[in-house]
Amino acid sequence: MRSLLAILTATTILVPAVAGAATVYPLDRATILTASPFDVKVEFDGVVAGSDVTVTINGKPAAEVLGKEATFIEKEDGVEASAVRLEGVTIAEPGTYTVVAKAGDDEKTVTWEVYGTSAEPKAKNVIFLIADGLSVAHRTAARIMSKGMTEGKANGRLNMDDLDRMAFIGTSSTESVATDSANTMSAYMTGHKSAVNALGVYADRTADPFDDPKVETLVEALRRQTSKSVGIVTTSELQDATPAALFAHTRRRAEKAAINTQIFDLKPEVILGGGSAYFLPQSVAGSKRKDDTDHVAGFRDAGYTLATTKGELEAAAGSNTGKVLGLFHTGNMDTTLDREFLKKGTVEKFPEQPGLVDMTKAAIDQLSKNAEGFVLIVEAANVDKMSHPLDWDRAVVDTIEFDKAIGVAREFAEKNPDTLIVVTGDHTHGVSIIGTVDDEKPGDQMREKVGTYAEAGFPNYVDSNGDGYPDSVDVSRRLFLAANNGPDHYETFRPKLDGPFVPAIQDENKKYIANEAYKDVPGAVFVEGNIPREGDTGVHAVDDVVLQATGPGSENFKGYMEQSDVYRVLADALALGTAQKK
Amino acid sequence: MIYTAPDRRQALAMIGAAALCLSARPARSAPSPISFNELYGKVSVLGLTFSDKVKALEGKPVAMRGFMAPPLKAEANFFVLTEIPMALCPFCSSDADWPDDIIVVYLDHAQTFEQANATIEVSGKLEVGSWTDPDTGFVSLLRIVNADFRRV
Repeated sequence: MRSLLAILTATTILVPAVAGAATVYPLDRATILTASPFDVKVEFDGVVAGSDVTVTINGKPAAEVLGKEATFIEKEDGVEASAVRLEGVTIAEPGTYTVVAKAGDDEKTVTWEVYGTSAEPKAKNVIFLIADGLSVAHRTAARIMSKGMTEGKANGRLNMDDLDRMAFIGTSSTESVATDSANTMSAYMTGHKSAVNALGVYADRTADPFDDPKVETLVEALRRQTSKSVGIVTTSELQDATPAALFAHTRRRAEKAAINTQIFDLKPEVILGGGSAYFLPQSVAGSKRKDDTDHVAGFRDAGYTLATTKGELEAAAGSNTGKVLGLFHTGNMDTTLDREFLKKGTVEKFPEQPGLVDMTKAAIDQLSKNAEGFVLIVEAANVDKMSHPLDWDRAVVDTIEFDKAIGVAREFAEKNPDTLIVVTGDHTHGVSIIGTVDDEKPGDQMREKVGTYAEAGFPNYVDSNGDGYPDSVDVSRRLFLAANNGPDHYETFRPKLDGPFVPAIQDENKKYIANEAYKDVPGAVFVEGNIPREGDTGVHAVDDVVLQATGPGSENFKGYMEQSDVYRVLADALALGTAQKK
Repeated sequence: MIYTAPDRRQALAMIGAAALCLSARPARSAPSPISFNELYGKVSVLGLTFSDKVKALEGKPVAMRGFMAPPLKAEANFFVLTEIPMALCPFCSSDADWPDDIIVVYLDHAQTFEQANATIEVSGKLEVGSWTDPDTGFVSLLRIVNADFRRV
């Protein structure tokens, strides 16, 4: 009797599961550009009979509205449940589309908004500059460190301080308030929010990282509708989440070899950054591919000029091909502080890396040769890559470099006013400036030297050569940026002059423990972590991102916007609802 | 965590796969010390070239100091030796995100994990060339096999 009851209980648990709500991708409240291809997937909660399944859109069969037959999958791979898929469908007419998916008691209704754009483009060119992880503290610190401050007023303004319009951007994921660089940049570049780690897809329930329902990326839309040139510039690996989001469709951002192939297939005219390891066939030492594909040879065969150093990039600028592949590091490029000042990190191995400013100039020079215009995405990757390990000096100096790249874009836009400039971050970090650290303050312990309120005073950075960078970050009264989260680590209250900070390292149980390399730095104090011990570094914040913009189309940035709404503004400025191919 | 030497079946499979990894244990002569900055002769965006020292020491006993990275998978019979203690990004931690200059160490006999904060010295035979670990798919270019290690 007891075992029978157990079975009955188990059965009754299963029944509501089957009768639960199905999931429909694109999700409820999705916004979709007219005529842009996307995949539809319905995931039922249990196994259902194909004959019981109906999917309607505004009351008509989905196949009729979308012009394609649906495929019914009785049992998905590794899942005891059924699904319906329609691949590469489009909707031509703007409007509200109500989708009802039904199988027996399992029913789900979602509504999509399909939007059109201006008939004529407002902007010929778009320069979209993104500092990964850009938070308010990075901006404020960059301004104070670069320009100085007297009696509470900044002694100068950053290039980003004079953009005309702004909006607060909500960065949350489809499954979580928190977020990462994959789904955030993907939201900017597709107009669809997604899940952490996902690029150009909605994250479905199957394990395969390449079978998730796809949405169109900005570069794909540009190729479909325009003859514009496309450029990507980054200081990270070109396959890293942010640059990858222009091109890629995968649930798993770590699939970098496959992502590089997806970039190759779309052939952006200008490609400048790190990550050459994924361009090289596996037989070459330094390759991170697991096949014999040689993308360097592939791009060369496609007419690209190759540059591997700052000097070669300058030489390539004279090329009239309009197509440049610049690979300057096997992995992520070094920070500005290491590249230009300290010569640490991997600068000894790769001493001739260009900076973000050089790369942005070279990209604009090449792309602007196209009379049909261009779209350029510029990423300052190290703002994030140095904020994770709580290396605030490196993150802030890279923010200054980012601002100089914004200056290059603004200079171009002054002469070419049909250019929309967007400046933003993809997500924020848990960091704030709380005052200064003053070595001259009395006390044996470094925390006694932290100046707060009136005791903070002003930092004493010096920029004697006027290059916008402080001559040294290691001054006696410096900004104190404090993380609100992190792993166990030693706080040294000082810039890390010997190389980027590594706050914590993994132990045999995969838990992160404080890196003892900093234990004996004079005045270092142990800071107990406040995130799970599986976390290696500081984490992204859920706080809004500040987006700024100037130029035609920028008037549509205002108030609070979802990250996915930014794509709609770009699409409207470029009239991506209108065929413009020449 | 205990690192175990590959069992006989795995060892045979590895020999069968590439006749690369496990030869009969050689009589140990004094190992030649080699450091992380001596691994590559030419470092270029378009590929790395092994140093003359690495080429000269191929197949010979070497001793190398570094840090033991925690294993990718608990059952892996190798570990990664790195120049500095490793901290991997939780969102991008695939084997592809390791630095270029790592050494994969296949132990001769089981040894317990050494805390990642501690410098260790690994001794064994240097192997050069691309090798995909049959169990984990982890690709390495340089390996120390028939190895043991001690805390420095």
